Amino acid sequence: MSKVEEAKKQKRNKKKKRLLFRSIILLALLAALIFALISNFNNDEASLGVGDQAPPFQLKQLNGDAETLNLADLEGKGIMLNFWATYCKPCEDEMPYMQSLYPKYKDDIEIVAVSVDATQLVIDRFVDNYNLTFPILHDNKEQVMDLYNVGPLPTTYFINPDGEIVEVVSGPLTLERLDGYLQQILPE
Amino acid sequence: MREIKCDACHHINREGTELCESCGKPLVEKQQAEGKETKKLLNMRYDGSSRRSMTYNKSVVDRVWNFFSSVKVGVTLIVITLIASAVGTILPQQMYIPQNVQPEVHYKDQYGLIGQIYYQLGLHELYSSWWYMILIALIGISIIIASIDRVVPLYRALKNQKPTRHTTFIQRQRLHSKTDDVTDADKHTFISNLKRMRYKVTEDNGHVLAEKGRFSRWGPYVNHVGLIIFLLGALLRFVPFMYIDDFVWVREGETVVVPDTNGEYFIENKDFIIETYGDSEEDTRFKEALENQSGPIAKNFQTNAVIYRNVETVVGAEPQLEKFKEDSILVNHALKFDGFALYQTSYQLNEFKSMSFIIHETNDADETELASFKVDLTNPAEEYQLDNGFRVMIDQYFPDYYIDDGEPRSQTKNPKNPAFVFLVYPPDSSEPEVSFAGIGRNVDASGENQYKVGLQDFEVRDVTGLTVRKDYTLPILGLGGIIFMIGVIQGMYWQHRRVWIHPKNNGLWLAAHTNKNWFGIKKDIEKAIMKTNINMVVDQEQEEQELQKQQEQNK
Repeated sequence: MSKVEEAKKQKRNKKKKRLLFRSIILLALLAALIFALISNFNNDEASLGVGDQAPPFQLKQLNGDAETLNLADLEGKGIMLNFWATYCKPCEDEMPYMQSLYPKYKDDIEIVAVSVDATQLVIDRFVDNYNLTFPILHDNKEQVMDLYNVGPLPTTYFINPDGEIVEVVSGPLTLERLDGYLQQILPE
Repeated sequence: MREIKCDACHHINREGTELCESCGKPLVEKQQAEGKETKKLLNMRYDGSSRRSMTYNKSVVDRVWNFFSSVKVGVTLIVITLIASAVGTILPQQMYIPQNVQPEVHYKDQYGLIGQIYYQLGLHELYSSWWYMILIALIGISIIIASIDRVVPLYRALKNQKPTRHTTFIQRQRLHSKTDDVTDADKHTFISNLKRMRYKVTEDNGHVLAEKGRFSRWGPYVNHVGLIIFLLGALLRFVPFMYIDDFVWVREGETVVVPDTNGEYFIENKDFIIETYGDSEEDTRFKEALENQSGPIAKNFQTNAVIYRNVETVVGAEPQLEKFKEDSILVNHALKFDGFALYQTSYQLNEFKSMSFIIHETNDADETELASFKVDLTNPAEEYQLDNGFRVMIDQYFPDYYIDDGEPRSQTKNPKNPAFVFLVYPPDSSEPEVSFAGIGRNVDASGENQYKVGLQDFEVRDVTGLTVRKDYTLPILGLGGIIFMIGVIQGMYWQHRRVWIHPKNNGLWLAAHTNKNWFGIKKDIEKAIMKTNINMVVDQEQEEQELQKQQEQNK
């Protein structure tokens, strides 16, 4: 009798062990799968995405009074960070929208447009042409473009007053959408 | 769990066992070699032991486990992945289309409706899509679980081998013979011959098992371990710390940031060199071969580069560069620094660097130079004060000029086809004349210009294209590959050969099995029974086939 019970107990133990072993292996494999998927997803969305802190940088400012602009100095304001170039047509299309909304939000939100053009001359002409008054920066060594891992132009980051990226928009914006995004990053 | 008791040796076997683990007697009716016409031979797969996944099917974990353990599932997954991979090659993947276009527009423009569907289904980045990754991962899981599920029972079966086998087992082996009278001396010679051929011999009460090359049975599993390590290495390529693959254009004389180094490293292109065959004297020996070629053949691509470290911590601020390394980058000779490697991958020759213009009177046929100026295309000035009181302002600059809907525009930022709108202020005049000048173009906007701007000369420079790579996964991939190969060799070049001797009255029964190379084991036995009166084994499969052939002929 006790022998049978002992055998049964042994069997149960064995079964438990087996279940544990299989569960551990399956869990480990599942973890690897999830890891692969998440890292792949992050890769697609560039290294910077919604929820990340906007990395600080400093660039030469081509218009206005200031010589340079440091993103860290804009703390407390919402930031619309726009990457563009003079030869990029959709960038050109959205510039007037940005200019038209700039006066309205000026005190709460800074619109910062980073040009990745090679020469200052073409940017100057462009700025004069469209009478742009928000800060235009020149990233001639593509340092900031690399830092933000910008792909196609235009790409726009909407950063809230705490320095957190709230929205990343790749491609051109309409006036209504732009207004909506700017509402999202207004200081409280 | 049900158990099966062997009626011959009373050994208790697990459910699913086909051949008794102890004596080898078939426990199921239909136990026979798969795919063979003969019903006589045993199926020796996994030595007839039970594959665990086939035995119980209870909890969810067990069900999942059993699903992945199936070879059928594994093969199906592989076939699906193969088909999916093929689909990804129908149109170019996103990484191969021009960088400056929006993919949704590009696929529609280039390939029409098919392109649009292709894009909308996400097939333009198929190889990094979630479902493709899941497919690959499922294959990995299937390999791991199927291996565990088979290697454990097989290991147990081979470890617990007993020399004593049931007569049915002996008779139903492919190689078998019966000898009625064998002297002890002959049997001894036979066994010691086997030993000499490095068979491991175990004896139990006159029953003998001689075995060699058992480790070759682990070949497929070693191979799978290698494959899993390889997959793991491939998985780690998604971690930026482990793997970076990027590209950078550097113009001669320019210093730019090396991408993905967080602005820490900069590269300066001191000089890009391209040499073709036929340039130097020693190449005369290739003269004939070169004449058969339509264009020049490149001999060397080389970038003389300097790597700098940026000690300025604020990104975008004027970098403070310290020289870190200087080297030339050639094909198969990368510049390596801090885990990164720069490879020579591409180049563009003769991009414009500067242009010189002269001003002359429009109606002067000799084009006598009144003033001249040089525009640095990397940083053009707004205004140029010239001789003889001329002043020129650049109104518009198009680095890569083209006409878009009648409007002059630039296609890119690179001076591939530079063009200018100049405002020329003649001496003592505040009214400028507008001139358009570019490569092969010289347009007088008003048609009434007194002076003309003409291109006199230009300087060019080369652009080098470098691949930026960091790859710490290579050692892992290499290790996986080596283990994979060891597994293949182990399974291919060795065979697991077994010979059973079963004493029967005054004689003995002989049986032999190998997982491949039946010719080899027959040779071994032939050699071992030499000078004894033990009968040579008969290949029962061959015998049966011949018998069938004969019967067919007789019909």
